[in-house]
Amino acid sequence: MALCGVADTGSHSMDKSITLPPDEIFRNLENAKRFAIDIGGSLTKLAYYSTVQHKVAKVRSFDHSAKETDGDPLYEISVQEEITARLHFIKFENAYIETCLDFIKDHLVNTETKVIKATGGGAHKFKDLIEKKLKLKVDKEDEMTCLIKGCNFVLKNIPHEAFVYAKHADSEFRFQHTHPDIFPYLLINIGSGVSIVKVEAEDKFERIGGSSIGGGTFWGLGALLTKTKRFDELLQLASKGQHTNVDMLVKDIYGGAYGSLGLTGDLIASSFGKSATTDKEFSKEDMAKSLLHMISNDIGQLACLYAKLHNLTRVYFGGFFIRGHPVTMHTITYSINFFTKGEVQALFLRHEGYLGAIGAFLKGAEEDNPNQYSWGENYAGSSGLMSVSPELNPIQRARSGTFDMLEMDRLERQLVNLPLLQDPTSYIPDTVDLTEDALAREYWLYCFEEALDGVVKRAIASQKDQPEAVERAEKFRQKYRHKLQTLRHQPFAYGSLTVRSLLDTREHCLNEFNFPDPYSKIKQKENDMALKYYLKVVKSVEELSWEQRQFNLVKGLLAGNVFDWGAKAVSDVLESDPEFGFEQAKQQLQDNSGIDIILGVFPFIRELLIRGTEVVLASNSAPALNDVTNSELQILTERIAAMDPVIHAALKEDRLALVQNGSSSPCLDLSRLDKVLATVVRERGTDLVIIEGMGRAIHTNYYAMLSCESLKLAVIKNSWLADRLGGKIFSVVFKYEVPSKAQGQH
Amino acid sequence: MDKAKSVMDQKGSGPCCTNGMHKPLRRQLSNGSCSPFSPTDDDHHHDPQTNGSPAKRCRLRRRMESVRKNRPPFPWFGMDIGGTLVKLVYFEPKDITAEEEQEEVENLKSIRWYLTSNTAYGKTGVRDVHLELRNLTICGRTGNLHFIRFPTAAMHKFIQMGRDKHFSSLHTTLCATGGGAYKFENDFRTMADLELLKLDELDCLIQGLLYIDSVGFNDHPECYFFENPSDTQNCIKKPCCLDNLFPMLLVNIGSGVSILAVYAKDDYKRVTGTSLGGGTFLGLCCLLTGCETFEEALEMASKGDSTNVDKLVKDIYGGDYQRFGLQGSAVASSFGHMMSKEKRESISKEDLARATLVTITNNIGSIARMCAVNEKIERVVFVGNFLRINTVSTKLLAYAMDFWSKGQLRALFLEHEGYFGAVGAFLELLKSSDDA
Repeated sequence: MALCGVADTGSHSMDKSITLPPDEIFRNLENAKRFAIDIGGSLTKLAYYSTVQHKVAKVRSFDHSAKETDGDPLYEISVQEEITARLHFIKFENAYIETCLDFIKDHLVNTETKVIKATGGGAHKFKDLIEKKLKLKVDKEDEMTCLIKGCNFVLKNIPHEAFVYAKHADSEFRFQHTHPDIFPYLLINIGSGVSIVKVEAEDKFERIGGSSIGGGTFWGLGALLTKTKRFDELLQLASKGQHTNVDMLVKDIYGGAYGSLGLTGDLIASSFGKSATTDKEFSKEDMAKSLLHMISNDIGQLACLYAKLHNLTRVYFGGFFIRGHPVTMHTITYSINFFTKGEVQALFLRHEGYLGAIGAFLKGAEEDNPNQYSWGENYAGSSGLMSVSPELNPIQRARSGTFDMLEMDRLERQLVNLPLLQDPTSYIPDTVDLTEDALAREYWLYCFEEALDGVVKRAIASQKDQPEAVERAEKFRQKYRHKLQTLRHQPFAYGSLTVRSLLDTREHCLNEFNFPDPYSKIKQKENDMALKYYLKVVKSVEELSWEQRQFNLVKGLLAGNVFDWGAKAVSDVLESDPEFGFEQAKQQLQDNSGIDIILGVFPFIRELLIRGTEVVLASNSAPALNDVTNSELQILTERIAAMDPVIHAALKEDRLALVQNGSSSPCLDLSRLDKVLATVVRERGTDLVIIEGMGRAIHTNYYAMLSCESLKLAVIKNSWLADRLGGKIFSVVFKYEVPSKAQGQH
Repeated sequence: MDKAKSVMDQKGSGPCCTNGMHKPLRRQLSNGSCSPFSPTDDDHHHDPQTNGSPAKRCRLRRRMESVRKNRPPFPWFGMDIGGTLVKLVYFEPKDITAEEEQEEVENLKSIRWYLTSNTAYGKTGVRDVHLELRNLTICGRTGNLHFIRFPTAAMHKFIQMGRDKHFSSLHTTLCATGGGAYKFENDFRTMADLELLKLDELDCLIQGLLYIDSVGFNDHPECYFFENPSDTQNCIKKPCCLDNLFPMLLVNIGSGVSILAVYAKDDYKRVTGTSLGGGTFLGLCCLLTGCETFEEALEMASKGDSTNVDKLVKDIYGGDYQRFGLQGSAVASSFGHMMSKEKRESISKEDLARATLVTITNNIGSIARMCAVNEKIERVVFVGNFLRINTVSTKLLAYAMDFWSKGQLRALFLEHEGYFGAVGAFLELLKSSDDA
């Protein structure tokens, strides 16, 4: 059913633009609960909580007490249904409120919900309509409280939430990696007026000031001066105008600069100073531009005065005046830069428009304790920044109407910093920012597009028993291809574009279409095979001299690393030659050693254990490509322990601990790790961190500085990247670093 | 006899300036080395020896004569050429001897006569008679100080007049400050053969202000404030004498606004400024109402009601916004009602003018208050021609300072609002002869 069917009965002129199947907008309404709505001057934001049933691949150990036969697999894989919590936020024009409420009413199955939290200036106006349509009681929440709650939430849970706007830079949006400690900060909300709020803690904030010259002044005064009704049109006028025709500049008074004060000639001395005459006509564009400058400069100046008084450097801007408008973000940025002489940067938020709705929702969902969990943006279900910005992407606007979505998944684990990060505030996980590096972006987008067929094939193969998997896989292909296309035009859509975000987006899209673990069967087969060689490898290593042994163990680690289905060069070889296996990998590296975890990692940690080192083995919480998951690793370790007394003893004596890292990505963000892992690391006094693999040690963390010794190792399985790093494909990165001295060896 | 003058005469001991209430200034005038603006100012002192034209040699001769008398030759002017208005102060000597009268060249006489016998000049020039300072003794001469203003747009007419009246033949130094001193320097030279002595406008502003404050306003204090600023019924203008002006935050509202922190006579810094000033008020008013003059705009504003234009806190919240302690009557959004088409169509020009005035004034008050808090200064002195005949703004500023600072800050005003820069330039004329 299409939403336009409902809209046709309305009288709006824009009805035709809603052509998306509504299940792609108001998703999971069947089990939605805890509604919240934020109705602003022109946009409505709806929030609700749903539970999502999706398939997860579980591994389960067979009962091995019976006599083993060579033909039995090591463990069984079962696909199970799992329920996770998801937050949905939808933004649309107020014109669609009635249509949307009707749609929600028709699809709302859950009747437990009795109340809808509401905020925003328009909440009052639409109260009766909402109560009538949804049969929910409207419960008003304070606007500013909602705003702050929402702001805290996005800053804490979305790593690339904040950005600096640089109009003339290669990438207009420069995302800030949000520091773990988000307080204190200043929020300047530019609605019809301006509120300046100092936020010191989750529930501690104060309106320290404000101004009546805000978005309403621009709109109201602008409409009077230019006879232009709409806010957007006023901004359009302003972007085309020349303020120097209306404003009196320093050079108009001085003939040049006011040198002794360092005021350049182009500075505005008096806004509208030239319009005090009746002999001259002024163009709408010029007046709108002058007005925009006047208001932006004024707000920027006040913001700086308050920031200075309260000694704050993190200043976020929001409100309808800002809301994704490049024109106002630019003028505000300019003003802040001017008044603080570059000491303070104006920060903007990707989900600025949602803050009120998020906050109102959180107020209503307090009993679910949403703030006790970590949440992650679901790239598959979120529209991304500026998805509906007409000036940026007119085609996309036509396709999705004016609906913008944000979905956040509740993460099973609470995520925190790795305690061993040398400086958590300056840590940036990703090695290359593809939003800034156009060449790299081009390459990787191409790479992921090229690999898409293979991923689709693999996804289908992983669910051979389900005929409709083909159809789902096709939907996955379309969705991910569309994401890639979006990112080509708007690389900033989900924060900094990185290899990690491209991989994560693919994982989110796969999950969306119920392909939780396309590699589970391959991993199972490989693990089975590798396990058979384990003792042989261990024995051959044991026979070597100490020095040779160390050398071989490290080479083993690296050789195992070649078995990576994510790297295109490797998967090409593996796909074309089913016989390609461990021996070939050894030859590529001209070396003798074992597969990834079993034949590479285990012999290595075995050596560490023998020499008395305690080992914490961290692995992914959920599947990503062919990376081993924690649950798989539990079974594997058990099996190895049954064969190998060294591992057995270490497990028993707790000298070997298996801990999940909280990640489900082939890459690793050390600022978002499982809290348990962080605790273990702290308690055990970890003094060496080994990061292995291209995703975790090259695409991410290559430049990560730790406060203890670290070893980053990987085989470069991508010729383009090898070129960039100045080596050949299948070259080895072996980076040993000691803190403070920061020595690197290759 | 003028009581103020007698006090001055007793205190005055130097050969030049006998107005003793400004002793520090006099010291500064007679001693170039302690000049607060010597770094930039030195550039403005033209060495007479290097000037070669016959007219200039002639001027040099006259100057040498006046130096012997330790004062510059008449006429004595100080000029401040701003973005919108030119402010001119003119010293009319009242102690002219018969001998002097005879010697006085025709041009000089006619200038004196023209300026002192008229109160309006051309279509737009005005003498603010009510501001005239009488019986002032400066550099051994007693006379009246006149305050004249005309639009900067008429600057070229003024220069032409200077040419037509052969002003250059008088060989006086024309001390000028404000941006126009730089902008029109070349026009003065080429059109009227006049050399300007260019002076920094902020230096002049402060020196002029301190001087006028020290000599007082014809036996009355120059300074005033509002009693009960937060109570519109009982808000009364009160003159006041300040024992110590420092430190003060000086807010000069001309076309734009400059905010200075002044710690001592020679010690100040420009804290910030804003482009939303008097020029913005008049510019927007002209666009919105079709008015032509500042007076007209103020007249309309005095009849209007800004709450028809501005959105108040109570228009949004139904009353006070208690969560943040905002009164319902506070303006939430200036011109906020004008977002609505119906309201735009029914609004009066008077309401628009009032809203423009209130918006600009409140904004200046807000920035000034923040600067005062940041600089830890309690006295905020507002000057500039935006405040001329503008009690709406002065009272609003007094209220804003008092209310938002919970009584911590005090707004002060000065009777000669916009003329201090010109007075500062005028003082420099006397100083320049002193230095020579």
